[in-house]
Amino acid sequence: MNITELTVHELQEKIASKELTVSEIVKAYSDRIDEKEKDINAFVTILTDDAIAKAKKIDEKINNGQAISGFEGIPIGIKDNMCTKGIKTTCSSKMLENFVAPYDATVIENLNKEGLISLGKLNMDEFAMGSSTENSAIKKTRNPWNLNTVPGGSSGGSAAAVAANMVPWALGSDTGGSIRQPASLCGVVGLKPTYGLVSRYGLVAYASSLDQIGPITKDVYDNAMLLNLITGHDPKDSTSMDLPKPDYTKALKNDVKGLKIAVPKEFFAEGLNPEVKAKLEEAMDKYRSLGAIVEEVSLDISEYSLATYYIISCAEASSNLGRFDGIRYGYRSENGETLRDIYFNSRSEGFGPEVKRRIILGTYVLSSGYYDAYYKKAQQARTLITNEFDKVFKDYDVILAPTSPTVAFEFNSKSSPLEMYLADIYTVPVNVAGLPGISIPCGVDKSGMPVGMQLIGNKFQEETILNAAYTYEQATNFRANFKPEFKK
Amino acid sequence: MQVSREQLLHIANLSRLNLKEEEIDNYLENLQEILTFAEKVNSAPVDGLGETIGANNKYNAFRKDEVVAFDDIEALLQNAPSEEFGMFKIPKVIQ
Repeated sequence: MNITELTVHELQEKIASKELTVSEIVKAYSDRIDEKEKDINAFVTILTDDAIAKAKKIDEKINNGQAISGFEGIPIGIKDNMCTKGIKTTCSSKMLENFVAPYDATVIENLNKEGLISLGKLNMDEFAMGSSTENSAIKKTRNPWNLNTVPGGSSGGSAAAVAANMVPWALGSDTGGSIRQPASLCGVVGLKPTYGLVSRYGLVAYASSLDQIGPITKDVYDNAMLLNLITGHDPKDSTSMDLPKPDYTKALKNDVKGLKIAVPKEFFAEGLNPEVKAKLEEAMDKYRSLGAIVEEVSLDISEYSLATYYIISCAEASSNLGRFDGIRYGYRSENGETLRDIYFNSRSEGFGPEVKRRIILGTYVLSSGYYDAYYKKAQQARTLITNEFDKVFKDYDVILAPTSPTVAFEFNSKSSPLEMYLADIYTVPVNVAGLPGISIPCGVDKSGMPVGMQLIGNKFQEETILNAAYTYEQATNFRANFKPEFKK
Repeated sequence: MQVSREQLLHIANLSRLNLKEEEIDNYLENLQEILTFAEKVNSAPVDGLGETIGANNKYNAFRKDEVVAFDDIEALLQNAPSEEFGMFKIPKVIQ
């Protein structure tokens, strides 16, 4: 048995039946990380020694006949923008290279309560700004399917680590596609929850009205389980909603008969790679054969929703990143004499080029004389985009779309920042409207690289998209047919 | 969209960022390209629509204003770039 290939629900069964000990599982992951990290570079901080010690304690509990909870001893990886008490949280930035959070993010508290064991903190684009993880100031994460290509971003370390079996599952965050796009490029399952479903307390803010934490997993069942662990109202995040907490695994019915799926034709127009398009068309046929009703609709928003997204996210980023001044925490420049010098030099030396670019863009669109033309317009466009989605959801349960216009691309292959931004064209509208979206693999292209399908639901309809994703997964079984080959 | 060098330097100053000579040209080019793209937002038919200020309709969330003590001063100060006597140390502000 290859332990690191098992899903979390399989690991749970093996622990319960005493076929595996927690120590054996954690040791297997520790060995796997030792073997693969040099190729993948997924981790900013590795915590396997600590994990092995924790595993031993849980095994002692089991041996003493004590009951353990369902998730006790299950390993996990965490994107390095979620605060972990006593452990570095770098956001893959020089600015926070040595930052040790004095508290746990709410999602981390939830995982700790359930007894999960962290294997480490995972690489990302600096401050979650990027679509390839190339903007990390720490290291370049590689895609396990082809080491010459990017894993996507910004949760590239999380998606690559799951795909490479270096962690059984991971948490990512998604502001404009940062869970779904790397999940798509790495052939794993990634869900961005409805805005307000998961607490953002302790998530280092990029764009507060768009950010959500979500699960990146090997399969849909695991995804529903990890979602169960992180949802819920948190008084520390006033945007988190106080709603009944369903068990998302109960929604996985393996049945889509009568499910109404909308396919927006504008998402399949120019700019979508033909091989990606072909795989998605196969997926639509599969859904039809499973009894779903798949129909083309018009949802003409993709062009201005990308503009809307970059205006709003950069505006919010310019404000959120104002806190990094070199005074109380974070990087402080040694150059300069005055307080003003500290502000300017710490920020100029501590932030990478993309972060500075977005701060400048955000400051520009908020500045006097441009606010109405850009920011106010974008806030109005946001209403329009939400309304357009509402119209589709009046008649349909799910929207089916590509996650990314292409499969994973090579390092340094985007000629300008704008070209990189276009990688997010199909994912950003979901954040702008605050909807849930899941990316699941739906095959590979001719070069063997995974293609992702995005299923978008109405607000707080995670159960609907999880069931749609699960039913497709059960009928196609991507994981049994395709595995990353670590091609060099 | 034409952004002048002076405008860029003004914005950089507001953002508390120093730009090196080679960064200025680069950012000017990027900013122009991105802002030209961002103007697509003007093609959105938004007349009469209100502004969305958050992704859900929850406009205000009220709670009791209760003080919760955070006692782990050591954990806070270990991140201080410079500290003395349990306080953050900065250069002299008043001459």
